[in-house]
Amino acid sequence: MQLNIIEAINLALKQEMRKDKSVILIGEDIGEDGGVFRVTDGLAKIYGNERVIDSPLSESGIIGTSIGMALTGLKPVAEIQFEGFIFPAIDQLINHASRIRNRSRGRFNCHLVVRCPIGGGIKALEHHSDSPESYFIHTPGLKVVIPSSPYEAKGLLISAIRDPDPVIFFEPKKIYRAIKEEVPEEEYTIPLGKAKIVHEGSDLTMISYGSAIKTCKEIVETASESIELIDLRTLSPLDTDTIIASVKKTGKVVIVHEAQKTLGFGAEIIARINEKAFFSLQAPIERVTGYDIIVPLPKSEQYYHINKSRIINAVKKVMSNAI
Amino acid sequence: MEKIIEKFDVPYLQILDENGNCDEKLKPSISLEMIKKIYSLLILTRIFDEKALSLQRQGRIGTFPPIKGEEACQIASAILMENGDMAFPAFREHGVYITRDLPIEMLFQYWGGDERGMKIPEKVSVFTVSIPVGTHILHATGMAMGFKFQKKKNITLTYFGEGATSEGDFHEAMNFAGEFKVPVIFICQNNQYAISTPVREQTASQTVAQKAIAYGFPGIRVDGNDIFAVYKATQLAIQRARAGKGPTLIECFTYRLGDHTTSDDAKKYRGDVELKEWEKKDPIIRFEKYLTSKKILNQKEIASEKNKATKKIEESVKRYEKIQPENSEEIFKYTYASMTEELNEQLEQFKKEVI
Ligand SMILES: Cc1ncc(C[n+]2csc(CCOP(=O)(O)OP(=O)(O)O)c2C)c(N)n1
Repeated sequence: MQLNIIEAINLALKQEMRKDKSVILIGEDIGEDGGVFRVTDGLAKIYGNERVIDSPLSESGIIGTSIGMALTGLKPVAEIQFEGFIFPAIDQLINHASRIRNRSRGRFNCHLVVRCPIGGGIKALEHHSDSPESYFIHTPGLKVVIPSSPYEAKGLLISAIRDPDPVIFFEPKKIYRAIKEEVPEEEYTIPLGKAKIVHEGSDLTMISYGSAIKTCKEIVETASESIELIDLRTLSPLDTDTIIASVKKTGKVVIVHEAQKTLGFGAEIIARINEKAFFSLQAPIERVTGYDIIVPLPKSEQYYHINKSRIINAVKKVMSNAI
Repeated sequence: MEKIIEKFDVPYLQILDENGNCDEKLKPSISLEMIKKIYSLLILTRIFDEKALSLQRQGRIGTFPPIKGEEACQIASAILMENGDMAFPAFREHGVYITRDLPIEMLFQYWGGDERGMKIPEKVSVFTVSIPVGTHILHATGMAMGFKFQKKKNITLTYFGEGATSEGDFHEAMNFAGEFKVPVIFICQNNQYAISTPVREQTASQTVAQKAIAYGFPGIRVDGNDIFAVYKATQLAIQRARAGKGPTLIECFTYRLGDHTTSDDAKKYRGDVELKEWEKKDPIIRFEKYLTSKKILNQKEIASEKNKATKKIEESVKRYEKIQPENSEEIFKYTYASMTEELNEQLEQFKKEVI
């Protein structure tokens, strides 16, 4: 069926909840209201308010109690309303969720998914347009997933829900409703930690994830160069092999992400290429990222974001620099 | 041994009932001039709210949280601030900004998505909008600590919803305030909904007011649609605070007559019957009944007050729409006190590739 990301995630949740009674949802306004983006629409009606839990307004409360519920064998899928509001819960995520397995030498684990919209482009208020993925990728013990389309969202979320470790599942809100594509009715999984080659090419490797994939795809499909586009899907753990194999083939790399430049994920990718494929490089790697500034409010927001011309310029620059 | 070692009461105050009847014995000391001023501000804020909603529908501003129904909580408290005092709002406190005289075009500018709307003039003693729920309550406590430790006589006021009382920051702010006995007044606008979550699903406490007791200072619930009750409770709290007796929590029991924001549809989670009930309790309707029955204002004066407010709002819209877009380079300039080397480099690149 043709679904957008919201519908694909809703379907994944509905099916996993039907299949596994231990899967429960918790978050602010996710019950009767169906969540501010309607991702959980209708689920409280089907599964009741003890499996679709409308919580008080407290992110630390949501994540901290989810950890406790997970210890009873439940598999909570917690919703944080916007990325800017995940921070009250960061103590629980970084000091507990990520460390419980290690601290107890595997006696306990934290079977938890945290779903949270991410990124800009919807003309929203402050704290509703940010890309804070690096904070979480930097934390050992957390997995971080960012899907780029409805098909990807469903398969990756099902894997996340079945994963025994805490997974932060960031949903790019700019493309929540912007892409409709064929999504199988039946359940399927996309493994965590495996990137996808979206478009094959031999001249240059473009590496990206999340909402930027849509923009990159539009570029590579019409570019005169033969560009290989990699959708990372999972930022932690990272599929280094797919990146390295492609770099060895093309020798040229452009990395694209919406998050700020400094310690943005591009930095890590460049480091890995440096470690494993330095001698295959024919030109310095270019990153197209957000600037190191606070994401502006709507009137100036477009100035912050990556755009097609910036990406195309980076491609041209790498191509012309190549030795 | 077994005995009760503490017992507490939670007071409630209503002075002006929904039919405009005033309990004269309880009425605060308030001048006629102040009464008229509060009325003008109520009307101005109501018309601002209506205008903002219509501008949003036309795409002339962005997402907007309406204030309708909660004007009394904000105006009848913020009006009591003195020079050097400071208010810390959440995001629905247009009435506080208007009472403290922020140029109204700046509100449109901010909600229109332009940071310069929050470049608050020095004479306006209200801090910036704070979107992350509950976080600013600590700032109000902190500023009150600063006042106390510097032996200043000023106070702070902070506004938040009942939803915010579920966040840890609320409790931390209350605990610090009680412990350091600082001059801060916590004003909880219990409008009974946090987006879709009704207050009965927010907390098992019967009132928000009682939460103050646990932190060692008084809490009171007032009818938040009654300007006299809000005014009197704030007056007493401010006296206490200035006298060095510490904080007070005032729970203004009210109702959000509009949607949570322009992106919300309240019909999805609450019924019409309840809404109709609360429309009758509108703070402005009852105040007008009082004003006319006491012959403080007549119908003609009320109409002229509304015309004056409409004109004022229309003029501020005109001023708002004449504001030139901010120079795009400004998005870099306020990250730090001065531009870093790295930012300068990024700005140069920005000039080449974006503008
Ligand atoms: C920390 C945080 N979590 C979630 C949100 C999203 N959000 C915005 S307003 C709101 C409800 C706030 O309710 P309340 O504090 O009662 O204030 P009201 O909106 O009723 O004025 C929520 C959940 C937020 N802004 N900040």
